[in-house]
Amino acid sequence: MSLELSNATFMGYVRENGRVGVRNHVLILSVDDISNAAIQAVENNIKGTIAIPHPYGRLQFGADLELHFRTLIGTGSNPNVAAVVVVGIEEQWTQHVVDGIAATGKPVAGFGIEQHGDHDTIMRASAKAKEFVHWASTLQRDVRPISDLWVSTKCGESDTTSGLASNPAVGNMFDKLHEHGVTMVFGETTELTGGEHLVAERCKTPEIRDRFQFMFDRYQDVVEAHKTSDLSDSQPTKGNIAGGLTTIEEKALGNIQKIGRTAPVDGVLDKAEEPSGPGLWFMDSSSAAAEMVTLCAAAGFTVHMFTTGQGNVVGHPILPVIKTCANPRTVRTMGEHIDSDISGLLRKEMTMDEAGDALIEMTLQTASGRLTAAEVLGHREFVLTRLYESA
Amino acid sequence: MIHFIVHDENDSVGVIVVEGITAGDTLEGWIMDQQKDIEVQAKDDIPIGHKLAITDLDKDDTVIKYGTDIGRVVAPISVGEHVHVHNVKTKRW
Repeated sequence: MSLELSNATFMGYVRENGRVGVRNHVLILSVDDISNAAIQAVENNIKGTIAIPHPYGRLQFGADLELHFRTLIGTGSNPNVAAVVVVGIEEQWTQHVVDGIAATGKPVAGFGIEQHGDHDTIMRASAKAKEFVHWASTLQRDVRPISDLWVSTKCGESDTTSGLASNPAVGNMFDKLHEHGVTMVFGETTELTGGEHLVAERCKTPEIRDRFQFMFDRYQDVVEAHKTSDLSDSQPTKGNIAGGLTTIEEKALGNIQKIGRTAPVDGVLDKAEEPSGPGLWFMDSSSAAAEMVTLCAAAGFTVHMFTTGQGNVVGHPILPVIKTCANPRTVRTMGEHIDSDISGLLRKEMTMDEAGDALIEMTLQTASGRLTAAEVLGHREFVLTRLYESA
Repeated sequence: MIHFIVHDENDSVGVIVVEGITAGDTLEGWIMDQQKDIEVQAKDDIPIGHKLAITDLDKDDTVIKYGTDIGRVVAPISVGEHVHVHNVKTKRW
């Protein structure tokens, strides 16, 4: 008996623009590397805030700068965030990020450090952050339909159990959620190598297929341009090989089990690009866990379903990362990182349908407020994707 | 008890899903897509998550898993042997 989803709900925060969040963070965001000290001071001063330090944001240009801004603005705009304090060295770029986030209608304030110094900036930013925390803490969760969920997925430290069990369980979940108007995304462009034709076949229209193929081929060109002998030193990773994965093709075929068997690929997204409607989207992205999760959060996704075989520990500051695993050894040795143990699949104690339902239930619980292992353990990885060197 | 799982009956390999498999063990397998049972004798010690051959493979043969090409054989492999980076390589990159 499958889970009945037509009337399934979760408890979420309805934001000013109608999007629904599953967390209620007050974010302290730095525009650039040299503002990290100030945002961390504000986070320390004002309890209930979360700072996102990062190493970039100076002298980037062109598409790389656009991606930097899109990622920062997208993260601040994510409905898991109630309000944002932005700090940057210069007024102008700080204001650009503030304006981008303000388009959602949520409270946001910006502070430039130049001609003020850290002391004065931290004092003023802390006062604003305190005001935001008081306000955000009065917001209440409402009952929301499952169609308000935006779920992203990625696998990490994969092994053969990922392709056998945990990835097809996500696929089972995605096929079911697709029928109920949920917005979903997968990515990991290079990790489709060997199975790209299977993704192309699933694309809903020839235009979507062409765009997917263009992004896939472009990434292959990047690999060709920069590889030394081949990619076997990083794809599959040492962890993948230890787990029994032999080639990129085998890894890719396991990876794409996450998109299920019936749902079409409804559209293709650039990195950190917000989807324009419900359905299953492909996002051109790195396969590195923290980079991909960061791009999903910036695109507006509010819950992440992460499968692991050998035991990846990644989290994100504002996007709850649910971990599921089917490898009994990993569940035993790294149990504190696993939210949903589906190793019963490999003992025939659980069917794929039951595993998919278990993941949907964990997703709804997480969306309603259950903290993930990554959140409780303090994993707040935020990794910006760079396209090329700074000027 | 299931010791290994095969995705599809046309695959050349299965995946060990229990710990502690040693050479000489008789292994019970389950073919998922066709819901069939299969038995193979292990010729190597094979860790959990690693593959064993369920068909004989010659050098330059294609290894099939998920019903799809996952690489080429670089050293001959017989049924029950460990299949991994020492005898299979990618066809990409």
